[in-house]
Amino acid sequence: MGHTDPNLTETPVSSVDKHTLIRELSAVLSGESLKHTLEDLKPFECDGLSAYPKIPLLAALPENEAQVIEVMRICHRHQVPIVFRGAGTGLSGGAIPYERGLLLVMSKLKSILNIDPISRIAVVEPGVRNAAISQAAAPHKLYYAPDPSSQIACSIGGNVAENSGGVHCLKYGLTVNNILKLRFVTIEGDVIEIGSEGLDSPGYDLLALITGSEGLLGVVTEVTVKLLPTPEKATVAMAAFDDVEKAGRAVADIIAAGIIPAGLEMMDKKATGAVEQFIGAGYPLDAAAILLCESDGSVEEVEDEISKTTEVLYAAGATEVTVSTDETHRLKLWAGRKSAFPAVGRILPDYFCMDGTIPRKTLPLVLRRIAEMEKTYNLQCANVFHAGDGNLHPLIMFDANDEDQLRRAEQYGAAILELCVEVGGTITGEHGVGLEKINQMCVQFDNEELDVFLEIKRAFDPGSRLNPGKAVPTLNRCAEFGMMHVHRGEEKFPDIPRF
Amino acid sequence: MATSVPSFKEQILRAKADSTTIRIRGGGTKDFYGVSLDGDILDTRLHSGITEYEPTELVLTAKCGTPLREIESALDANNQMLAFEPPYFGEGATFGGCISSGFSGPRRAMQGAARDFVLGILLMNDNGSELQFGGKVMKNVAGFDVSRLICGSFGTLGLILEASVKVLPKPEFETTIVFELNKEQAIERMNDYAAMPIPLSASCFHDGLLSIRLSGSETAVKSGLKKVGGEPTDGSDFWRSIREQTHPFFQSDQKLFRHSVNPKSPVSHKNTLIEWNGSLRWIWSDTTLQEQQDEAIKCNGNAILFRNNDRNDAIQTLTDGLMTLQKKVKNSLDPDGVFGKCRLFTEF
Repeated sequence: MGHTDPNLTETPVSSVDKHTLIRELSAVLSGESLKHTLEDLKPFECDGLSAYPKIPLLAALPENEAQVIEVMRICHRHQVPIVFRGAGTGLSGGAIPYERGLLLVMSKLKSILNIDPISRIAVVEPGVRNAAISQAAAPHKLYYAPDPSSQIACSIGGNVAENSGGVHCLKYGLTVNNILKLRFVTIEGDVIEIGSEGLDSPGYDLLALITGSEGLLGVVTEVTVKLLPTPEKATVAMAAFDDVEKAGRAVADIIAAGIIPAGLEMMDKKATGAVEQFIGAGYPLDAAAILLCESDGSVEEVEDEISKTTEVLYAAGATEVTVSTDETHRLKLWAGRKSAFPAVGRILPDYFCMDGTIPRKTLPLVLRRIAEMEKTYNLQCANVFHAGDGNLHPLIMFDANDEDQLRRAEQYGAAILELCVEVGGTITGEHGVGLEKINQMCVQFDNEELDVFLEIKRAFDPGSRLNPGKAVPTLNRCAEFGMMHVHRGEEKFPDIPRF
Repeated sequence: MATSVPSFKEQILRAKADSTTIRIRGGGTKDFYGVSLDGDILDTRLHSGITEYEPTELVLTAKCGTPLREIESALDANNQMLAFEPPYFGEGATFGGCISSGFSGPRRAMQGAARDFVLGILLMNDNGSELQFGGKVMKNVAGFDVSRLICGSFGTLGLILEASVKVLPKPEFETTIVFELNKEQAIERMNDYAAMPIPLSASCFHDGLLSIRLSGSETAVKSGLKKVGGEPTDGSDFWRSIREQTHPFFQSDQKLFRHSVNPKSPVSHKNTLIEWNGSLRWIWSDTTLQEQQDEAIKCNGNAILFRNNDRNDAIQTLTDGLMTLQKKVKNSLDPDGVFGKCRLFTEF
């Protein structure tokens, strides 16, 4: 977080005349698909990270791959920077436009091209919503496993760009573990098929390299995903704890008992309090923390696993365990977790949702330090946690209209991310680096490591024109950030938001 | 032992200065694979040992030269496993070779491949620097996914000093059921089972027999058994022979091709063994790689010449576009070709 204006970095300047570009793109795109007035561009000024809006030079909304290729070629010819955007739900600012570049919006490529229930695959265009894939596969009793909380709105192209996770990652993996093949358009406008309908492909694992590359290497026009059999049954157990550390230990005990739950989530008292006011999920308000632990599989298997889990939870000191009695009850218990972000948003107008991952055993320490920092920055922080995979989402609450609060929130966020690195974790588990965490990349990686990322970037995009200023910082930027970090409080440009 | 890392560095820097190539090698159990075996051997076995393993974190970190046997024993003692069932292909197999080859065994179709379980890698690059990519946590999307890129690269992008992998609890219960079927029926059945909510953990068809394995809690396996029918047997020796390719099918002097294809595709070859719910086919043949590839492309997949290739002949064919990207990746990590020249590709 910090110094988050991509236009301030040493990124390329396009010398192309806007009118020339409009003329050439108009030959490829219909009028509706090319936006160039301030009024039309305004809706694209930010993604899920709303604090740093920017208006792009132009926005193109191609309707098919052929148009994507043409747009890429025209931009390549004129050396115009490109930022890609899917549904715009990303939380790290990866799709925030570049003022002197084109925003390539993929949302009109939204066809489900094929559902093959026998081979258990779906071939879809990038603008297809995550949840729509599972809906289309449902008649065949199949579904697409990764389920980011924004799954109703977010698109599969964005999921690939961010390597999105969800509440079921521990058992079913992230996007990278659930896709088979991509059609990928390079900066030059060439289409390359990566992966196949088999489970692997010869050569280096480009599928893994491109997944999670945050629009820095090219753009995806088609995604082939794996479909899994829908479990017969799912049941969730909710456990209340009078102490956060006990809840943390219960997570380790569940794993030690040989159970890999389909979902394993933790919420602290601030988060459950916010949720109860918001939707009334039935969470105990006196608990210091609650765990939600889901089992899925065959009917017998789920019953067996839930009874084992319940035993472990009580042995770990749970004060109360509630097991969902039917599907409505299960969904109600989950509804609280899924509405945690908007619920927190009702307490104060703005919040930053952080996304660090830590070794699970460090959870008590990390939660204690986060609580101490509330005093340091004089702000409140609620915690929701993908406890099974150690992915922490502290929600820092503030009012962005108060500049001092915004600055303190940014500093608080940065301090949390750096704490995650300090305990052996990472600055982002599933939301991506984007613009938000670009400076913390300098904390997590040294110059030689960053240089490997930059070499890979140069191999695909030598002029650094794809999503400039995002995800991978330049070494100069890190040097500058390092200086700032040492001399915090003596910043050179006090008007620039820094964390 | 403590001196192994500096000696690796010295050897890498010397090779770079002399414009020679280094062949990274553990137990040499995967020497059969690849285009060329050029280069002076860098023996990873000097750098051995599990550095970190906490069962409740589900993460194990070990040095490259650690015997794979040692890792599986440590996991076994805690009722855990490498869920991708890596093949050893010989007693000397090391952890580094396991990650570097990226090979996976029978459980792969349902649980994932080696690359799906790699969490982080400590890499020594062509400057002898130690670089950490990924980490020891379950989810990490900071920076490009270099650790997965290294998995399966056969020592051609750098030296894996250490790797961290996700481990899983061992299934409480396991059973195998064998059905007599022809090839077409078997392919259909494999796909059917893979689409059912049963704890399927492996499938294999050869010579009129389809074997499937169910793994999980006792209740899960029993409820799965009810759905598929048949007589449960102990298939552990059979699955080991498939994983290690010691099954009689794998004994031949012909070229062994590996087709990774859409799982419902038909198979015309007589001499074949099918795994991974239909998506992996092993084929003995004297035909050319190109002919095999043409066939695999019809099944929306690809072919690799896996065993008994003439050294220096290609083991895979790629489209021009893909080949360009592969070269770019190689150049970005190892521009001078210090590591494993022509192990994977005839050109570099």
